[in-house]
Amino acid sequence: MKTHVIKLLALSLLLISGGVFAQELDSTVGTIVASGNGMVDTVTAVVETAEEAGTSAEMFRVNNTWMMVSIFLVFIMHLGFATVETGLTRAKNTVNILFKNTAIVAIGLLTYALIGFNLMYPGESWFLKGILGFAGFGIGLPEGVDATMAEAGAAAFTYGGGGYTYWTDFLFQGMFAATAATIVSGAVAERIKLGPFLIFCVLYVMLVYPFVGSWVWGGGWLTVGGNLKGLVGEKGFHDFAGSTLVHSVGGWGALAGILVLGPRMGKYVGGITRPIMGHSMPLLTIGVFLLWLGWFGFNGGSVLSAEPVLASYVLVTTSLAAAAGIVGSMLTSWTVQKHPDLSMVLNGCLAGLVGITAGADVVNIIPAILIGLICGAVAVLSVMAFDRLKIDDPVGATTVHLVCGILGTLFVGVFSPEFSVITQLTGVLAYGVVCFPAALIIFLVLKLTVGLRVSEEEELKGLDLGEHGMESYHGFQIFTAQ
Amino acid sequence: MKLIIAYVQPERLTAVKQALYEKEIFKLSVTNALGCGQQRGYRESYRGVAMEVNLLKKVRVEIAVNDDFVQATIDAVIAGARTGKIGDGKIFVTDLADCIRIRTGETGEDAIG
Repeated sequence: MKTHVIKLLALSLLLISGGVFAQELDSTVGTIVASGNGMVDTVTAVVETAEEAGTSAEMFRVNNTWMMVSIFLVFIMHLGFATVETGLTRAKNTVNILFKNTAIVAIGLLTYALIGFNLMYPGESWFLKGILGFAGFGIGLPEGVDATMAEAGAAAFTYGGGGYTYWTDFLFQGMFAATAATIVSGAVAERIKLGPFLIFCVLYVMLVYPFVGSWVWGGGWLTVGGNLKGLVGEKGFHDFAGSTLVHSVGGWGALAGILVLGPRMGKYVGGITRPIMGHSMPLLTIGVFLLWLGWFGFNGGSVLSAEPVLASYVLVTTSLAAAAGIVGSMLTSWTVQKHPDLSMVLNGCLAGLVGITAGADVVNIIPAILIGLICGAVAVLSVMAFDRLKIDDPVGATTVHLVCGILGTLFVGVFSPEFSVITQLTGVLAYGVVCFPAALIIFLVLKLTVGLRVSEEEELKGLDLGEHGMESYHGFQIFTAQ
Repeated sequence: MKLIIAYVQPERLTAVKQALYEKEIFKLSVTNALGCGQQRGYRESYRGVAMEVNLLKKVRVEIAVNDDFVQATIDAVIAGARTGKIGDGKIFVTDLADCIRIRTGETGEDAIG
C-alpha cells in the first residue's frame, strides 16, 4: 500500500510542477490520455447536431427545467457547507457557524441581484475590454426578451441558446456566488467577530467574485474570444464549473483570512500542534453527502442545458472523482496517520469533487478517477502541511478549495490535449494575484478599524454566548474544556 | 491523606492539568458540574426573550493526595485556574479516611501514590 501511495504522491508532485505534459508522464497515463479523446469528440458532435437542428420549444422547456433542478441542488450545498463546518468545529461555536452560513446565502443572492450578476456578465459593457465591465445595477429581462414564451417567440430562446431563461441564468449563478464566502466562513471559524466577517462577505461576494468571474464566464480576457490571445493561446483557459472561478476564489479569501486572524487559542502551543476536535462527525458526514448531491447541479447544471450525453457524462466524471477522492484520501490517511481518519476521508471526497469541477466535461473516465485519487491523497497531506506551517484552518477549506481547486484546473491541461497546462497556470495565477491581495486588504482594513478577532475570554467561552447570547445545545451537557 | 476538590472554569482545565503535570501530579478525575457562586450568572436570550442563567458550567476536579503533596496540588490548581476575575472557582480540602486500589488491594498512602 505504501508504494502505491508513494507513486500517487510522486505523480501529484510531477503534476504540481506544471511544466509536465501528457507525453512526458508515466507511459500508462500517456496511453490513457491518448485514447481518452473519443468520448469528448462524440459529445461535441452531438451538441453541434442539436444546434444545427435548432432547439424546439419542448427542448427549451426541458433544458430550462433541468437548469432549475440544478438551482435547487446548488442551493442545498449551502446546507452542506453549514453542517460540514458545524461538525468540524466545537459545540460552543455552533450557533455562530449556522448564523454565518444563513447570512451568507442572503448576502450572496441580494448583492448578486444588485451588482454581481451584471459585473460578472457585462455583455458588451466593458470599461476595460475583457477585464472589467458592468452592465448596470439590478436585474431585469434584457431588451428583446419577453417574459412570456408566447409573445417573445424566438427571442426567449436566443437568450441562453435555448438552454435556459434569463431568470434561470440569474438564480443559477446567484446560488454559486455565495459559495465563495461560505468557503471563507469555515476557515476563519471559532475566532472571527460576526460583524466584520459579514462586511468582508458583502465586499468579497459583491465585488471581487463577480469581477474576476467575468474574465472567463463573462467572456473576458481568459477566453478564446477575449482580447489577450497571445497570453491564453488558441485554446483559452478552461474552467468548466469553477475549480478556479469559485473554489480557488473562496480559497484565496480563506487563506488571507486565517493569516490575518492567526490560529485559534490552544492550537499551537510551544511548538506542538494540538488537535481541536470537531464536535459532530455525523453532521460532517451529512454535509459532505449533501455537497456531493449538490455537485450534480453545480457541475451538471454547468452544461447549461439538458443536453443528454454531456449532462449525464459530467455526472459520471463528477461521481467517479468523488469516489476516487475517498479512496485516495483513505489510502493516504491509513498509511500516513496509522488510523483511517473519517474527517480526512470526507475532506478527500470534497477534494475530488473540487478537483474534477474544472474539467468534468473534457476529461476522460480514467483521468477523472486519477484526478479524484490525486486530489484525495493531496488533501490529507495538505491538511497536515498547513498544520506544520501553523496555519490554522479548522475545516480544511484552504486544502479542499484552494489547493485542490488549483490542482484540478491544472489537470485540465494535463489530461485533456485540447487545453494547455501553461494557459491553465496563467489563469490560476491571475486569480491568485487578484483575489489573495484583495481579501488580504479587506481583512487588514477591518482588523485595523473595527477589529477582527473576538476577545480571548469570548473565544474560550465560545462565540455562541459571546456573539449571540444563546447556546446551540441547550439542555445537553457538553464538556467545554477546550 | 487529603481529598482536594476544585471547581474551576471549564476553559481553564487545560491550564490546570498542565500545571499539575509540571508538579508531577498525574492522577485526577474531572466531571462536568453546574454551579452557582459569586459570579451570579449571565444573560442569554432566546427568540427575543431574555433569560437569566445562574447555574454556570464548571468542571469539578478531584485529586486524592498524600499529605506532602497537598500544597503543591493547591498551588498548581491556582496557577492554572486563576485569572483574577470573579468566577475563577474554589478549592476544598478534606481529610480522606482511606483509599483502596481495586486491582491490587493496596490501601492507604500506597494506593494513592
